[in-house]
Amino acid sequence: MAARQETVARVESIDVDAYKYGFSTDIESEKAPKGLNEDIVRFISAKKNEPQWLTDWRLEAYRRWLTMPEPRWARVHYPRIDFQDLYYYSAPKSTPGPKSLDEVDPELLRTYEKLGIPLREQEILAGVETRRVAVDAVFDSVSVATTFKAELAKAGVIFCPISEAVHTHPELVQKYLGSVVPVTDNFYATLNSAVFSDGSFVYVPKGVRCPMELSTYFRINEQNTGQFERTLIIADEGSYVSYLEGCTAPKRDENQLHAAVVELIALDDAEIKYSTVQNWYPGDSEGRGGIYNFVTKRGDCRGRNSHISWTQVETGSAITWKYPSCILRGDGSQGEFYSIAVSNGYQQVDSGTKMLHLGKNTKSRIISKGISAGRSQNTYRGQVSAHRKADGARNFTQCDSLLIGPNCGAHTVPYIESKNPSAQFEHEATTSKISEDQLFYAMQRGLSAEEATALIVNGFVRDVLQQLPMEFAVEAQKLISISLEGSVG
Amino acid sequence: MIKLASEAEATLSSFYEEMRDKGAPRLRAAGWAAFSESGVPNRRVESWHYTDLKTAMGRPAPLATASRAALSLPRAHDSLRLVMLDGAFRPDLSDIARLPDGVVVLSLRDALGQGELHVMSALASADIGAQDPILALNAALMQDGVVIQIAPGAAIDRAIELATLASAEAAQSTYTRALVMLGAGARATVIETLGALSSAPAQDNSALVLRLAPGARLDLVTHFSGGVDQAIRVASLLAHLDVGAMINSFALIEGEGLNRRQIFARLDGEKARAVFNGATLGRGRLHADTTLIVDHAKPCGESREVFRNILDDQSVGVFQGKVIVRPGAQKTDGVMQSKALLLSEQAAMNNKPELEIFADDVQCGHGATCGRLDKDQLFYLTARGLPRREAEALLIEGFANEAMNAIEDEQLQAFLSDRVSAWLSRRISR
Amino acid sequence: MLEIKDLHVSVGEREIIKGLTLSVKAGEVAAIMGPNGTGKSTLSYVIAGREGYEATSGDVRLNGENILDLDPAERAAKGVFLAFQYPVEIPGVATMTFLKAALNAQRRARGEPELQTPEFMKRVKEAAASLGIAPDMLRRPLNAGFSGGEKKRMEILQMALLQPRLAILDETDSGLDIDALRVVADGVNALRSPERAFVVITHYQRLLEYIRPDSVHVMAQGRIMRSGGPELALELEERGYQDYIAQEAA
Repeated sequence: MAARQETVARVESIDVDAYKYGFSTDIESEKAPKGLNEDIVRFISAKKNEPQWLTDWRLEAYRRWLTMPEPRWARVHYPRIDFQDLYYYSAPKSTPGPKSLDEVDPELLRTYEKLGIPLREQEILAGVETRRVAVDAVFDSVSVATTFKAELAKAGVIFCPISEAVHTHPELVQKYLGSVVPVTDNFYATLNSAVFSDGSFVYVPKGVRCPMELSTYFRINEQNTGQFERTLIIADEGSYVSYLEGCTAPKRDENQLHAAVVELIALDDAEIKYSTVQNWYPGDSEGRGGIYNFVTKRGDCRGRNSHISWTQVETGSAITWKYPSCILRGDGSQGEFYSIAVSNGYQQVDSGTKMLHLGKNTKSRIISKGISAGRSQNTYRGQVSAHRKADGARNFTQCDSLLIGPNCGAHTVPYIESKNPSAQFEHEATTSKISEDQLFYAMQRGLSAEEATALIVNGFVRDVLQQLPMEFAVEAQKLISISLEGSVG
Repeated sequence: MIKLASEAEATLSSFYEEMRDKGAPRLRAAGWAAFSESGVPNRRVESWHYTDLKTAMGRPAPLATASRAALSLPRAHDSLRLVMLDGAFRPDLSDIARLPDGVVVLSLRDALGQGELHVMSALASADIGAQDPILALNAALMQDGVVIQIAPGAAIDRAIELATLASAEAAQSTYTRALVMLGAGARATVIETLGALSSAPAQDNSALVLRLAPGARLDLVTHFSGGVDQAIRVASLLAHLDVGAMINSFALIEGEGLNRRQIFARLDGEKARAVFNGATLGRGRLHADTTLIVDHAKPCGESREVFRNILDDQSVGVFQGKVIVRPGAQKTDGVMQSKALLLSEQAAMNNKPELEIFADDVQCGHGATCGRLDKDQLFYLTARGLPRREAEALLIEGFANEAMNAIEDEQLQAFLSDRVSAWLSRRISR
Repeated sequence: MLEIKDLHVSVGEREIIKGLTLSVKAGEVAAIMGPNGTGKSTLSYVIAGREGYEATSGDVRLNGENILDLDPAERAAKGVFLAFQYPVEIPGVATMTFLKAALNAQRRARGEPELQTPEFMKRVKEAAASLGIAPDMLRRPLNAGFSGGEKKRMEILQMALLQPRLAILDETDSGLDIDALRVVADGVNALRSPERAFVVITHYQRLLEYIRPDSVHVMAQGRIMRSGGPELALELEERGYQDYIAQEAA
């Protein structure tokens, strides 16, 4: 059918180089020497003026990491990474921890303006934005600005760079850091534990409903730099927080490494909503460059009736290796995973979730929508398990893949394990291409092939988009269109 | 490259020394090399993650020696029976004389001796499943078996039964391989019976290689039964389908011990169709693993898999099913469904349905569920007057039936229904 | 036939039926009407013995015998039949197999001889023919993929076959077009007899034009609010249920 041919042709010729956030910022930075050894780990720790326990923690991680093999089980292919050829620490030179935005390099502020990230509260308050979002901006290895801190403090919410929390709230950091993703968890998480530079820290006290959305914006700028941020969010009993994460990087011919760790802890009756719009540079149309996104994200529903919800829109990165998971430990706890993963060009995505049902009457829900185009490979990999004591556990999984063009791949690899007869698990998966009937129908009503495709793709991902906060949903929808540029207006 | 370490592998190596000069040296050598890559699989081998063969096997039992004992074997079906006993083909126990026109049967040993090219190449058609260490081990160590050739266009009405049985009083290892070749447009029904006549914990590794020429159709029913707690049985099916060929199969796993059914099917011609259904009746400590790979290599293929695991006591069910659609295999239609019923607190199920799709114009999907009997259904039946145990039995029977619907042969359908009823009546009477 | 006295029923923590009293004589057709969510289906479930519907106090008697402690199968054998509002689909179980198993289980429980296949087939085919149920439907799995009308007709077929003493029809008219409604009503009317009682639960008066009730009871807020003759149904048709809802709020 002509419309389909046209769509396919357009997708094939897509200009991934049209990556909108591909500019780089010319800014002086301070770097640690290339390579990784115990001295570099100590250097990073010293830069942050960390207490001894944290230095030791990092060193232990580093030594452990040396003994670990790189994981090879994911359906992704890339040349061996030379971990000695990377910089593990890079900071904009003028900002060893700015006290106010006025101290922030104006070049950097312009970067965030270009990215559309509001860092000036007054601008937000002046009504430019309809909704207030507190932002922590992380540039390469350090946090450059956190907004709305004072107002959050009034509610008792702590939202600051983790490097700062180590000093201001050491007891919380020491208690929870590594308690969800242990130092020894996996190759990349262990590496992160050794060299993490910065990231966000959130603590919501008992019974507090966080008065605004919290957001972190990650940006990799420096060449040959690994970004290893670490996020720790603790929702104390009966609290609620919604957290948004966005990511971009400049266009570079080399591959850049991003190995983050995110730990969420929800105590009794607490709820954490974590949303990500990941738009790291995916590489050019020949598959050169792009971010290697090897991320460990895990939430621990530690308390009774706690609730953790992951929503992700993944459009970027050359390689994505990411499984935001929930440990459903507390009785009656709930985990959710809503995902849209779009791949195009030569992108490789291996992403999914784990829902580990340990407690009684725990519930989980997985909705995954994969869209593959170009020559990309898009894999959903997920695990749902019920342990012996998980009486009354419930899971529902819906996993759909859409293929655009004959040269891409869509794969589904679920592991569903039940050791409890009262656990009720349901899993469904489908793979298909955009329906010619739907395309024809929409075009007969006057839409162009591009518009029709956009319409159908939006319908396909609708269940997940609905989970995002409104502004994010709009942004995500645009992003999906851009990622499928050529086929989607 | 040989990097064998454990005692188990050393023993297997001695088996290989014993078998390597017994025909098909290249096939054996290739099998041994492939096996040596990984050795006896444990949980760290992805495709064996839920079946720890290494631990179960421990030290391999001695290689079986063929018995000459005269036996009278009971018949469960009206079929033409070919018997593999203790690792050897037994023409004296088989219905050789009654074979109809169009069917030629040869022992594997003789076939390897004659070395006919088309037979040898069919035996070696390991383009799929080649990476499986246990199938590779079967090629390296095959002791005997049968080669059945069905002439083009022949329609064989009576079912041919391949009975692989162990009778020795002591534990033994058997390695058997059968080859069934259907000529163009031929039709046949095969019953694969895997059973034990003694209570010794046998370790059986069998393979059935099928080659279906264009337009051929094979109906296949496989029945795992008997076995004791320590027994190990891995039965591999290697199916190769040409243009328009069809296989309609069903496997029932019951009994005891560790059982694994592996299916490696390649739909290598356009419009090939495959049905791989199965059911497990789990009791005691039965471990029943069904692992299948259906590989759509050409356009317009169709595959259907319906599996039902019914698990009581401490039995464990495993279902790993992968549907592959190769680049260019457009218009593939694949549906896979695996459902499990856990009937006791200690039963467990592991489901891993996979899709691997490299073509866009396809319709593929899978579903997997796991849980206990549906409360609404139970209430509906008891409200109509059925006592609870009977209502449960009826629901379980219905659950199993869904996997048996595609069987067309009434005799086989009745045979399997009887097996389900027998299993259920034992459950009710407890 | 059926005597319900001051019945209270809870589902989980929530009390749904709050002191319901109702009496239905042999040969009588009693209609229970009421707005949605007043516990009409709960009443049908508690009479049939569904798990999770707990009678916290009160009595349900069938011919003088308290049936609340019996399991659903025992109640069925004593002649309780519930035509479900949403008949359950049971894939894999052929309708015919199910019908025979149910009928013979009830006969066994009552100490009657089991029906042999030829006699059974004869009865099923007759009943099916009178309800316009095609023979091939009986070979299909029970209710699986049946349309709404087919499912309801299958319920009536089961009733005809099982010959209950007390038949409860839970919203049997919902989702039926006029032709199907007539077939179903004819099936019910054919079974009316001096030995048999019917409880017809419905939201609309429409069904009662086809199945003429002897008594009409208005159920709201978990109780019978008013009882009367067939004319009460017409009044409800005209005025709706707001009187009863308002009464509760006041």
